[in-house]
Amino acid sequence: MFRRRPKKGAVARPAGRPATPAAAQPSTGPGPSPQPAAFGRGSWFSFRTHDHLDAIRSSFARLAESPLASLMTAVAIAIALALPVTLYVAVMNLQQISAGWDNSAQISLFLKKETAAAELPALVGQLQGMQQVVAVKVVTPDEALQEFRNLSGLDEAVDVLDTNPFPAVLLVMPHAMYSTPQAIEPLLVRMRALPQVETAQLDMDWLRRWQAAMDIGQRTVWLLGGLLGLGVMFVVGNTIRLLVQNHRDEIEVQKLIGATDRYIRRPFLYTGCWYGMSGALIAWLVVYVALAFLKEPVSQFVQLYGGDYRLEMLDLQGGLALLLDGGALGLLGARLAVGRHLSDIEPT
Amino acid sequence: MALIQLSNVGKRYEGGYDALRAITMHIDAGEMVFLTGRSGAGKSTLLKLLALIDRSTQGTVIVNGKNYNHVKPGQIPYIRREIGMIFQNHRLLQDRSVFDNVALPLLIHGYNRNEIQRRVRAALDKVGLLKKERLRPLMLSGGEQQRVGIARAVVNKPLLLLADEPTGNLDPELSSEIMRLFREFNQVGVTVLVASHDLDLIRRFGCRMVTLDNGELLNDTGTLMTSPELERHLEGLPDV
Repeated sequence: MFRRRPKKGAVARPAGRPATPAAAQPSTGPGPSPQPAAFGRGSWFSFRTHDHLDAIRSSFARLAESPLASLMTAVAIAIALALPVTLYVAVMNLQQISAGWDNSAQISLFLKKETAAAELPALVGQLQGMQQVVAVKVVTPDEALQEFRNLSGLDEAVDVLDTNPFPAVLLVMPHAMYSTPQAIEPLLVRMRALPQVETAQLDMDWLRRWQAAMDIGQRTVWLLGGLLGLGVMFVVGNTIRLLVQNHRDEIEVQKLIGATDRYIRRPFLYTGCWYGMSGALIAWLVVYVALAFLKEPVSQFVQLYGGDYRLEMLDLQGGLALLLDGGALGLLGARLAVGRHLSDIEPT
Repeated sequence: MALIQLSNVGKRYEGGYDALRAITMHIDAGEMVFLTGRSGAGKSTLLKLLALIDRSTQGTVIVNGKNYNHVKPGQIPYIRREIGMIFQNHRLLQDRSVFDNVALPLLIHGYNRNEIQRRVRAALDKVGLLKKERLRPLMLSGGEQQRVGIARAVVNKPLLLLADEPTGNLDPELSSEIMRLFREFNQVGVTVLVASHDLDLIRRFGCRMVTLDNGELLNDTGTLMTSPELERHLEGLPDV
């Protein structure tokens, strides 16, 4: 390429060049001399893509330089990620179990003792006429007594009684839309006002307690996730810091031949991203194995209580979110480390 | 037209040591200049100022119309792309092949693969190392490594070549070979500034010689010969 240049054009060449070195390119020499700036509109993107492919290639090369250390970093990240993810799946499962209970809010109407059995159908009809009410179930005093006998085991004590102490009870199932404590309050007030009703009781307190416990669980997941995510960032950051130090010579040479900080930074950012993602992938695997390990005893446990429940695994969407989060944390950690340590390295 | 213009340039390091004092000179585009003087005279410092590795503490450095006093850190990479630098210790990356080393400036520039191959091969051909492109730098002799360094410096077709003691570790024959390479690049229009203390070698080229002593400009021969004279002079040099 140098031979074909005209010998006598030595002085004319620089004189004809633009004054700004950034935009300037040697225009000497016959033949095509495609420069990035001259690639045309469509090529700007391919130029950038090329840059990134280049960075990705060297980022993998850097991972492969010390495979054992890379693996150890990835495992450390995986452990940090697996803990909150396991907790997340546990909370998710508990919520799944309680999801069916949301509609089970019911109002128990204890009727006054003097209410005659003949009045009941009319009252039930009145209640069923309300649009908030889905169903009404009547528990007569006899049924209540029978149930008490069965559940309490106090048969002999009951036999001693000469009268049935139980009032008639109406179990009112509100519409699902009125299943929260706030929404059901007006209905409750209305029912308390009915002349036949002694007390109206909402069986919801335990649900609220459960919900509160779930909230604590959920927040714990976020808290742990946040802390351990921070940990992941620092693990990646530290690894990248060492990597930058190991590549000191290369970085100096790159700076000397005109590489921008952005160009030098890019492979390190990709490396950080791969660390985070591979850690997340291992974490996904760990959680999967752990859940598979627990699956059978859990369904056995639930079965003993007469239930039928299958442990929910981390689904594909959750797993992909984990991968993305891991990658983002790695990227962030790498960015923090590289930004600081790259500026320390200046060629001398 | 002056490619390099130094006016009253000084460089004082922390602690008060003056590496350069009140240097005023200019180098025209297309010139080949030898910078000489004892070690510690300030040759390297001057080259570092030109490559923006260091900044002057006094005076103005203007290269290719760009006043270095006004250059922001973010602009430095783009200015360096116009300057090919050659070092005494080559500064090659040992974990990459000769080809990859030479390709570095082109990768940074974002050329496509075909263009990179074409240019790297052309540069390696020019320095006579086309057949060794797959080798690692450590498998090459000192002279060959230096030629890889030169190929890397010229592959991007820079305006200006700066060489800091490029023959410091080479025997006389190899040194002469390297200098002839610089001369060839100069002949196709590249401005070349070579710092060297090898006076015998320098004198044989009959180029302009700037001598520094203790940070000051001691002597500047100016352009000694006109071009045809130079050609004749060069023809008398041993072919390598």
